[in-house]
Amino acid sequence: MSEPSMALNNPEQTSGTREQELIQRVQRGQHELFYELVRPYERRVYAAALAILRNEHDAEDAAQEAMLKALKNIRQFRAEARFSTWLIQISVNESLMRRRRERTVQMEGIDDRRDEESEYAPRDFADWREIPSEALERKEVRQRLAEALATLDRKYREVFMLRDMEHLNIQETAEALGITVASVKTRLLRARLMLRDLLAAGWEQGWFSRLPFEKGNKPW
Amino acid sequence: MVNHEVVNCEQVWREISNYVDGEVDAGLRSSMDEHFRTCKRCASVLAGTRNVVALYGDERMLEVPAGFSRRLEKRLGQRSESKWGGSRWSTLSAWLIPVAAMALIVGGLELANTSGFKHPPKSILAAPARDIPPDMLVVVSDGSKVFHVAGCPFIHDKATERTITAKQAMQDGYVPCSRCLRQYLKTGLVGPHDEDDANAEADEEQGEVVRVAGH
Repeated sequence: MSEPSMALNNPEQTSGTREQELIQRVQRGQHELFYELVRPYERRVYAAALAILRNEHDAEDAAQEAMLKALKNIRQFRAEARFSTWLIQISVNESLMRRRRERTVQMEGIDDRRDEESEYAPRDFADWREIPSEALERKEVRQRLAEALATLDRKYREVFMLRDMEHLNIQETAEALGITVASVKTRLLRARLMLRDLLAAGWEQGWFSRLPFEKGNKPW
Repeated sequence: MVNHEVVNCEQVWREISNYVDGEVDAGLRSSMDEHFRTCKRCASVLAGTRNVVALYGDERMLEVPAGFSRRLEKRLGQRSESKWGGSRWSTLSAWLIPVAAMALIVGGLELANTSGFKHPPKSILAAPARDIPPDMLVVVSDGSKVFHVAGCPFIHDKATERTITAKQAMQDGYVPCSRCLRQYLKTGLVGPHDEDDANAEADEEQGEVVRVAGH
């Protein structure tokens, strides 16, 4: 079977081929195609900004600015990198730059370095089981999860969002935030365990009370 | 059977994130698997951590504010337009406009010099005289560098007038009178394609000139 027909039969490959074509056309000056190119990643670009700025308005502005910078520098993008990762890193850089301008935020994180180095003991909840992904169909569940995430300290939240929500790998997360791989792992562990505790506590408070679990099967 | 070291709860918690990501070596994984089988609390931590990764990793968790896409598309569109109409155009215009102006000037001069282009009328006095009989007798006088046919009313200082040949007058720097010698100036103006028109015009004035010149 010829290569083009294989691409047509494989949606993922077709999508990738289409993306490569769009990138090349935008690089050649067809800037009107740029939005079509970035549309699949606009949520991730926004979420990356939100992970750092925590304010929806600021995050949207930073995400838009990141997109404009991506357009301006589109010729610098090289095919060996993932386009989505490239976009997210621009968004992270833009957001970090904005945050540095705010002195008050720079004060954050001085006292909690010790906290990062200390051991974290997860709370003891019996019978934890899988929460079905269908739970995310409900807006209030998504809202509760977002609220739980917002309670994390900035350094944990940033790493968690880039690694577990943006799906950057450990190395990419470290590079995006300018920290070591070891720090990423430490912060990721802490973030996951804290969120696990928050969700388990939320269960006890009735966050997931109307989820369609099978009869007699508790989520944990 | 895989030999594994016994790990305690604290060690499991320290490595549980790497375990979920598949980033622990086989020995440690085996030790942790064994621990999970026997420790209910750590099994709960493992299940909860996996829940967190699965739930937050779902794309539905990445919500954007209402109207985000529309606003982004609009801003990108504005940027594309301003990029073409603004800075890029400015860069182009910085050298395009002078080049275009030069092209217009050069083109205009080139066009003006083509044989088919009709020159705008010059002053009669600026036109060279042609076909004046060199031995024709003309009158010159002091105070003027114009030569006339005898009896021309435009002769200055008649007291100093003298008669010489047209050839001599022109050699001396005199130019023909635009009134009494107009017919020769008219002839000097015409081009090859306008000769008939010039002749017709000259014919119209012939009577007056002939009368004045006495020919």
